[in-house]
Amino acid sequence: MATRTPGDALARPVAGSTAKHTSGRGHTRSAVLLLAPFGLLFTAMMLAPIGYAVYQSFFKTNRSGLGLGPSTTVFAGIDNYVTALHDSRFMSSFLRVFTLGIVQVPVMLGLALLLALLLDSRGAAFKKVFRQIYFLPYALPGVIAAIMWSFLYAPSVSPFTAALRHVGLEVNFLSDDLVLASIGNMMTWAWTGFNMLIIYSALQAIPGELTEAAVMDGCSGWRVAWHVKIPAVRPALILTTVFSIIGTAQLFNEPAVLSQVAPTVSPTYTPILATQQSADINNYNYAATQSVILALLTFVLSFGFLKFTQRKGTFA
Amino acid sequence: MTTVTPAPARAATGAARRVRRTPLAGRAGVFAVMSIFALYTLIPVWWLLVTATKNKGYLFTTNGLWFSHFDLWANIRDVFHQQDGIFARWLLNSALYSIGGAAMSTMLSAMAGYALAKYSFRGRDLTFNIILGAVLIPDVMFALPLYLMFSEVDLVNTYWAVFLPSIVSPFGVYLSRIYAGASVPDELIEAGRLDGAGEARIFWRVAMPIMSPALVTIFLFQFVSIWNNYLLPLLMLNSDELQPVTVGLANWREGVNQGIPYNVTITGAFLSVIPLIIAFLVLQRFWRSGLTAGSVK
Repeated sequence: MATRTPGDALARPVAGSTAKHTSGRGHTRSAVLLLAPFGLLFTAMMLAPIGYAVYQSFFKTNRSGLGLGPSTTVFAGIDNYVTALHDSRFMSSFLRVFTLGIVQVPVMLGLALLLALLLDSRGAAFKKVFRQIYFLPYALPGVIAAIMWSFLYAPSVSPFTAALRHVGLEVNFLSDDLVLASIGNMMTWAWTGFNMLIIYSALQAIPGELTEAAVMDGCSGWRVAWHVKIPAVRPALILTTVFSIIGTAQLFNEPAVLSQVAPTVSPTYTPILATQQSADINNYNYAATQSVILALLTFVLSFGFLKFTQRKGTFA
Repeated sequence: MTTVTPAPARAATGAARRVRRTPLAGRAGVFAVMSIFALYTLIPVWWLLVTATKNKGYLFTTNGLWFSHFDLWANIRDVFHQQDGIFARWLLNSALYSIGGAAMSTMLSAMAGYALAKYSFRGRDLTFNIILGAVLIPDVMFALPLYLMFSEVDLVNTYWAVFLPSIVSPFGVYLSRIYAGASVPDELIEAGRLDGAGEARIFWRVAMPIMSPALVTIFLFQFVSIWNNYLLPLLMLNSDELQPVTVGLANWREGVNQGIPYNVTITGAFLSVIPLIIAFLVLQRFWRSGLTAGSVK
């Protein structure tokens, strides 16, 4: 199996295999036929919903007679967007997730990079066992992990609360002050190993001569890591950052489960929860507007990050 | 690649042997840091395992990180008896959604990825970029409007409502294109054409066998992402009978305050994790190859 892949296609979409391609003319039909099944479903399940959400977001449903009478749908222009931007609960859900992400993503990726470098260092023992342990959380479905943590945080059964009580500390992980950090911990626990493995795979692919040369020149392990290894895994770091931005924007499982057991997690705690709540009360136009805003912001952030890193010099 | 093999160049030169070995203190430090993080990773799972063996009476009174009275079998029996034995049904639903969806998705991704890698036609790069762009958009963007669209055509609360969206995997197309580009030689395709084989036959007989390791990887990734999906089935399904195990257990978790026993929910969570952990350990090398794609230059 090829572990070397031609180019980081996610960071440079057009840089696929630039080898000569099988001649196009006459075979275009075959290519279209091969693409058609995926293309049709992709259009129906991904492109159409985006179009539909955008379309819905420009309309309003007016219900007469206390919501019991017949409803009429009218063009609303940007009214829904204006409403959303003035919706303090919706806006604060963004701020909350952004605050969480700006702290949690760097911490998690820093940890993932450190662990990957340690695994790749010559002083590491039991590499295989450690690698398997770190990857274990990825095998747990997100919502199941969230259920597990919801018990681990619950004051009545939490072994951590009990242990802290032993040393005279009374900590409630679901309190107002701590609940956001608790959610951050759930995300870090779930995803650090996955990101570590991506970075570690990239470290494994660095040609041996590079690191050997640095070591021969008398570089210490840390200096080799800093000057040779980290620049070499830049694409992997960019990739994991983009995935983490998208993942954080979609934060749903953890707060959805915690909101059932912790009064501190409101029904509009994250943008997706807020959107789901609008849908629950049949306010579909507004829910569509909220999902468009969330998708736009996520796309801008992740795509902006990609562009920003590409402008800063060449890929190492 | 289940074992860590040093890159050939590292082993080949004698330089490695001439370099000073890492001092003992350094190695101990590395081991310490790695062990601390290993504990952080393992303790919650350990707690889940231990707690799954406890009767609800001992849940609140005994040390959460150590066994007391071993009641695992009774707990498992309770899980499968709760709510008229619906747990087995949930597991079956999860398996159906995941295996069926991942198989279809792998097939479609293989075809699309191969076409994008091995044919040149107008709009090819644009097509690929649109597919990649979809990876950058959060799932909720699709899930909620899909729910509205499906309710227009009466698909809500059916198997199809969960199954159809799970078939589409842009990431699968991306992986498949990379592997096809890197591992299926143009010469083989040309040779097939000279022998008079049609394009479909070349794809089936020449490309598919070469791409098979990548296809296993795509299948695995998609299987896990469908098995783990929560938001989509939560939106699409109201009937308990159709739900996957993730939605079912989350409902039980919510019901803990309304009389669903703690130990049933915890043991249920433990049981739903076992098949995935086994799949991971057995098929590890495929995971690594999948994660390597796109992160290596």
